[in-house]
Amino acid sequence: MHELSIAESILDAVRKELLSHPGARPTRIGLRIGELTAVDVDSLTFCFDAMLLGTDWESLQLDARVCPQRHICEDCRHEFAVVEYNVICPACAGSNTRMTSGDELDFDYLEVETDGTPAHEVKGAE
Amino acid sequence: MERLPMKSKVLNENQIIAESLRERYRKHGVLCLNLISSPGSGKTALLERTLASLDPGTRVSILTGDIQTDNDARRLAQYGFPVQQITTGGTCHLDGRMIEKHLAAWNLDEIDLLFIENVGNLVCPSSYDLGEASKIVLLSVTEGEDKPLKYPSIFFKSDLFVLTKVDLLPYVPFNAETAEANARLVHPGMEIVRASSTAEGGMDAWLAWLKQRMARELVGAQ
Repeated sequence: MHELSIAESILDAVRKELLSHPGARPTRIGLRIGELTAVDVDSLTFCFDAMLLGTDWESLQLDARVCPQRHICEDCRHEFAVVEYNVICPACAGSNTRMTSGDELDFDYLEVETDGTPAHEVKGAE
Repeated sequence: MERLPMKSKVLNENQIIAESLRERYRKHGVLCLNLISSPGSGKTALLERTLASLDPGTRVSILTGDIQTDNDARRLAQYGFPVQQITTGGTCHLDGRMIEKHLAAWNLDEIDLLFIENVGNLVCPSSYDLGEASKIVLLSVTEGEDKPLKYPSIFFKSDLFVLTKVDLLPYVPFNAETAEANARLVHPGMEIVRASSTAEGGMDAWLAWLKQRMARELVGAQ
């Protein structure tokens, strides 16, 4: 349900990133989405595409990778994939576990096309 | 074609605002609690009974979020404490910017306890940090006891689970122990209290938790 707000945040971040890469045209944006964030990838892609419809960035693609929830047991150091949200350690049955992935909503990469000059050599780029 | 690394988080803007709110709460000694539940679980009723039982000298303020209407703010304002309604106009959660904007009307030095009543929704509010000290999730006995498994994120991120409307337990096929076990499956060690906003003594466990949490904040601030 909050996918539209998230799609907006993604486009804001792309705009901001491109300020330091003048002339670059974004073609693909990579995201890592933890399963605990409850972000629906289909719905996010729908919102994202709808927002770009009829704009210069219409062909910008969203590449969202869902990251399963993983925990590490602080007692026996066993690292495990959380199955059906049960965060109890399967090795020692301890409950003292800490999440190592599954809650991220992070950018991975931004692919851009430039006019032949590598973006980092474009004048004014950082 | 070139691939640029992007290090930031998608909700970076909200996170920056949330951290600045958190710092302001800390500096002004405000305990901020963010109440989250599905619509109709009794957030407003719990707050009403809480406000009614607080010492009139308690410096508490409330921000209450809804998609439409200021009904909740009007209900809560009857108790004499400062209340502001945040009407999101369609957005299914509160975000840091909305909180920041509404807090501008208040002097944080005059607030010890700030309740944020989020928009009724168990999904989206879990993604938006509002700088709160704790998220509190409410679930009523007229819902399903498997809600913690269906909405694990909010149960995982909340410090306290308030099981509400427990006065109805004799009349509904809801097993409180199962609901609590489910919550502890996704969040071992989660604090849980049972509450009723209508039964005699139904608020005791919740008010005791609140009192303890406020005392801990006071110690932490010194």
